[in-house]
Amino acid sequence: MSNTLSFEGWVCPAPLRDYPTIVMGHGGGGKLSAELVQHLFLPAFHNAALEQLGDAAVVQAGSARLAFSTDSFVVRPLFFPGGTIGDLAVNGTVNDLAMSGATPLFLSAGFILEEGMPLDQLGAIAASMGAAARQAGVALVTGDTKVVDRGHGDGVFINTSGVGLLPPGLTIGPHLARPGDVVIVSGPIGLHGIAILSVREGLEFGSAVESDTAPLNGLVAAMLARAEAIHALRDPTRGGVASTLNEIAAASRVGISINERALPVPGPVRAACELLGMDPLYVANEGKLVAIVAREAAEELLALMRAHPRGAMATIIGEVTADHPGVVVARTGIGGARVVDMQVGEQLPRIC
Amino acid sequence: MKYLDEFRDPELAGRLFEEIRRLTTRPWALMEVCGGQTHSIIRNGIDQLLPPAIELIHGPGCPVCVTPLEVIDRALAIAARPEVTFCSFGDMLRVPGSSQDLFRVKSAGGDVRVVYSPLDAVKLAQQLPERQVVFFGIGFETTAPANAMAVVQAERLGLHNFSMLVSHVLVPPAISAIMESPQNRVQAFLAAGHVCSVMGTWQYEPLVSRYRVPIVVTGFEPLDVLEGVRRAIAQLEEGRAELENAYPRAVRPEGNRPAQQVLEQVFEVTDRNWRGIGPIPGSGWRLRERYRAFDAEERFAVGHIRTDESPLCHSGEVLQGLLKPNQCPAFGKECTPRTPLGATMVSSEGACAAYFQYGRFIPVGAVEASR
Repeated sequence: MSNTLSFEGWVCPAPLRDYPTIVMGHGGGGKLSAELVQHLFLPAFHNAALEQLGDAAVVQAGSARLAFSTDSFVVRPLFFPGGTIGDLAVNGTVNDLAMSGATPLFLSAGFILEEGMPLDQLGAIAASMGAAARQAGVALVTGDTKVVDRGHGDGVFINTSGVGLLPPGLTIGPHLARPGDVVIVSGPIGLHGIAILSVREGLEFGSAVESDTAPLNGLVAAMLARAEAIHALRDPTRGGVASTLNEIAAASRVGISINERALPVPGPVRAACELLGMDPLYVANEGKLVAIVAREAAEELLALMRAHPRGAMATIIGEVTADHPGVVVARTGIGGARVVDMQVGEQLPRIC
Repeated sequence: MKYLDEFRDPELAGRLFEEIRRLTTRPWALMEVCGGQTHSIIRNGIDQLLPPAIELIHGPGCPVCVTPLEVIDRALAIAARPEVTFCSFGDMLRVPGSSQDLFRVKSAGGDVRVVYSPLDAVKLAQQLPERQVVFFGIGFETTAPANAMAVVQAERLGLHNFSMLVSHVLVPPAISAIMESPQNRVQAFLAAGHVCSVMGTWQYEPLVSRYRVPIVVTGFEPLDVLEGVRRAIAQLEEGRAELENAYPRAVRPEGNRPAQQVLEQVFEVTDRNWRGIGPIPGSGWRLRERYRAFDAEERFAVGHIRTDESPLCHSGEVLQGLLKPNQCPAFGKECTPRTPLGATMVSSEGACAAYFQYGRFIPVGAVEASR
């Protein structure tokens, strides 16, 4: 029997990377998304503002420095524990602007509506957008609606774009992390992704998990008291904290080392991730930020964050290092180390 | 979290590492059979903390890895049919067949869905009477009982639109095949705890006595894995070869009898191809004659699809511990995490990917020493 066995060809599942068509993973915020931007959009659009690849572009308009960002929302279900697609659409763009240090001012909203969408649902979504905008202190000043045939949309898709004003001289960006910096996360991670998963797949994990969708511009404004010490800010949405840290490590050509035991992962999120074979580091957040800050100001910034309701549970999770540039390493609970790579596409529940 | 945190305690882990270090007087090669154990070892960095003399060889116990190419190609052919709703565990979607994967079939309009249990697929078949619902039934003895139950339920419900593409594989014949391979270097096995929680431990007694090899039934948390390693090393150092159960909180000697009964009722043993390894006699399960009506392979006439694998990469030798990743001619050249030739380069858990990534900042010698 042994003679017929060939261990030489033990080729096991190499995911195909060169897809000729769009697959779901291109929207997952991992390597496939990054490659789409890098190889398809950047060459077609190329300009200096885009090539910084921040959550928001920073552009000069006369004497004003503006932050400008856009985001589209295709979440299913439209209503979930802790929020609606409308909350996400407002908070998502507000947060993208805030991550550049800008004060978000004006938003646009584009709606792609599916034929048959109940008006009371759309009304509830619009109301939640209005409330979220008021909470964030921004105004929805322009919009557009289109309707597609039944079956060609998921109820409603929303795009929001926004502009914000940057204080003079402020530069915060994913390329500015420096060895010695400290990595702070503003609170418990993984809540949004697990909240969505729990309703989408009909899974329940003991106590209900609610999305953390929230505007972060207030928290950022509070942190700007030590603006010069803030090097990078990012909201770890799809792809989670792991993808965000990988993006910063790559853009700044530095290594990042995190301590797994310091990660604030709520019990129900951990339980859900254990059950599904997922890693909380890759689960989406919609109301958290990751800050890369100068070490000497870390404690002070932490205090500023904790004094704000959106950062009450802020904590230090790691540091920036000159070792292993471009690579994120986690110190594990039992004292080992592992590479925290970028996902290829979407995180999938594992069989084993 | 209860039942998890207790088994991740850093202080207890430290004591186990120390005890293992104390026991180890010379080089030993252990194989952890299950992909879940490999995941835990890499995720927790256990391999780097063990004494350099202990080598962990990652076994063939990843069901996704060993599902043969031709079965993937059959799945792709079925999933592409317009009348079919194809249900699978999530991580199978990424596994490439000879020219595409399920993601691409989905992108081209196929109705491919991720489910968390085969019973969800049965439910779907009830909800979509006009669709043909097919479940991709892969895995070891662990996933098999739920798959068997799904078939029993589908029959009970009189569902004519439910079927299963079955490619189950079994652990004991794989251990035999490894022990009988002339190149074998494995000196002890950490048996897969969850497989044993279903099947019990009795199947492993004959293997221990036939091959004089220690087998320790092992769990998945860091302390479980370390306890398995500790017991295996203790046996090797003392020249013993015994069956031990280091996972008694989940595994009883007789296993889960009701699960075994439904397995016996639905499946029969068959020869099975293992991806990249070849055919191993009696190493799989297929549906019994009585349930053949639920066999997707027959329903959609895809049994004729045969695919040859191209032996481009040496991951088999890497997995056997015969070759270090950086000794492979393709390593870092044709084969990188961006353009992987084999599984070991794909996931961050894979030996080759770990070498590629760590190699960027840890001298390769240090990585080797830690393995």
